[in-house]
Amino acid sequence: MRHVWTIAMREFKVYFTSPIAYIVLTIFAVIFGYFFTTGLAFFLDYSASMAAQGGGMGAPTMNVNQFVVEPALGNMSIVLLFLAPMITMRLFAEENRSGTIELLLTSPLRDYHIILGKWLAALLLYGCLLLVALLNLSVLFLYSSPDWKPVAVSLLGLLLMGGTMLALGTFLSTLTRNQIVAGALTFGLLLLLWVLNWISSFESSTVGRLCEYLAISPHFEQFSRGVVELKDLLYYLSAISLGLFLSKRSLEALRWKA
Amino acid sequence: MIKVESVTKRYGPNTAVNNISFEVERGEIVGFLGPNGAGKTTTMRILTGFLPPTSGTASVGGFDVQESPIEVKRRIGYLPEAPPLYPEMEVGAYLRFVAGIKGIPSKEIGRRVDCALRRTSSESVRDTLVGKLSKGFRQRVGLAQALIHNPEVLVLDEPTSGLDPKQIIEVRRLIRSLAGEHTIILSTHILPEVSETCGRVIIINEGRIEASDTPENLTAQLQGATTIMLDVEGPEEGVRERLLDEPGVRQAVRQGGGDGRVTWRVEGEKDERLPRRLAAAVVGSGWGLYSMQPVGLSLEDIFLKLTSDEEAGSPDAGPVEEQAEAGSEEESAAGDGQAEET
Repeated sequence: MRHVWTIAMREFKVYFTSPIAYIVLTIFAVIFGYFFTTGLAFFLDYSASMAAQGGGMGAPTMNVNQFVVEPALGNMSIVLLFLAPMITMRLFAEENRSGTIELLLTSPLRDYHIILGKWLAALLLYGCLLLVALLNLSVLFLYSSPDWKPVAVSLLGLLLMGGTMLALGTFLSTLTRNQIVAGALTFGLLLLLWVLNWISSFESSTVGRLCEYLAISPHFEQFSRGVVELKDLLYYLSAISLGLFLSKRSLEALRWKA
Repeated sequence: MIKVESVTKRYGPNTAVNNISFEVERGEIVGFLGPNGAGKTTTMRILTGFLPPTSGTASVGGFDVQESPIEVKRRIGYLPEAPPLYPEMEVGAYLRFVAGIKGIPSKEIGRRVDCALRRTSSESVRDTLVGKLSKGFRQRVGLAQALIHNPEVLVLDEPTSGLDPKQIIEVRRLIRSLAGEHTIILSTHILPEVSETCGRVIIINEGRIEASDTPENLTAQLQGATTIMLDVEGPEEGVRERLLDEPGVRQAVRQGGGDGRVTWRVEGEKDERLPRRLAAAVVGSGWGLYSMQPVGLSLEDIFLKLTSDEEAGSPDAGPVEEQAEAGSEEESAAGDGQAEET
């Protein structure tokens, strides 16, 4: 475990000595901040007008969780589609290019130390993004009392979805020595997994349902409503395992062909 | 300490290493000598566990490279041809990271980093970004990286490539200073490096081991003939006939000169008294003898001889001998040409 941590810490620091961390954090902060403030402003206007009309009888109950938190976090999954490749593209591609992979592979490390360490570093940077989101949401907790449990579940869902995207990105980064190629492949794959969901909307057969199950985003919907379903949890955990397992295989293959 | 048994490595249809076997004793410095693409790096990568062999086994310190890679890797310090450096890290931080992944306990890391920096005399760059280091320091930090866990075996792939002459001398001195404590395998295509630093040479070409011995023995072994350069003033044809008359002389080749003074290259059977007899013959005929010089077969000749082409690898010594002589002739001819020009 110490080895995993050593690798993760080095990788995490590199994010902050290069511009990547700042770019990713800025993009996320700006977009999330925009969605959150506009969502909040809309909610305030709407609830004020409801109150002015007398509300009370028959009017739907206004819920901060449902009207502000849920859409803001839900939108984030699209932003992730762009940010995940930026986070993972250099992980192995850079080591392959500069030859430093030779140092890692000739050190007394297991392959999974290297892969878990790198994925963990990516996850930590992603965790920083979630902290930015949490910072925004904390305003709600200061001036109101939203239910914290759905927020926590949403964040867990985001963490799992992000973990999945980062694991797939980690795998694709092992395949090449070119960061751009790794990034493009990752973006392509994530986009594909994204649009699979659209197929299910006009194809109701088994194929449609299969596509819906394979797509990344539908599994987040339940999380964003504060519901943890076993099938979603299993989907993300197995997708993460698959990504990391493929990375390990790819690292082994690297040795055979290098 | 290191044992390689009939290791073969193929990349698709290409055979990079073809059935090589050798052993290295504890504390030895062994040099892999061979032209580029001979299979030196591949052999080293197999030893360090970076590449699996297609067939055959290799072991380090009694541990098989394939079966217990972690144990092997713990015992090996490896400097690849391009030092594996992270340009965005400071030297100190880089070495602490390497110490960490080599499994050094956290408490000892600081001390080991100091020690590695001191041994490679690179304390002055501790706080420098790796990316800003000069080539010489990059190589030293690369060595420091290989030394940090005080491994029993050091594998150095062309440790002096790309350095300036002063740096080369420093790195060689450093390598020699490491001998004894560590078993060292280094590869190079530079000959003096081997005779200066290594106790044993393994000449490798096209994936096969052509020879393995001490530099001195290798030179002696392959010197089956005596070659002498003579600078004689006298009638050309007469001198040639007289030289060839001498028993044991196989051939006398005109190398250059003019105005009645000719440089001859005389090759004969191995005979310590041949120079003396040749001198007597020349002087006895009333000609002038200006200089006489036995020509030793340098490591360079041996290297060329063993690696110059496909046939050189055949166990049959006959054609090898001839090739070497042809090679040396060209060289000395070129040398003479230069001498005349100046």
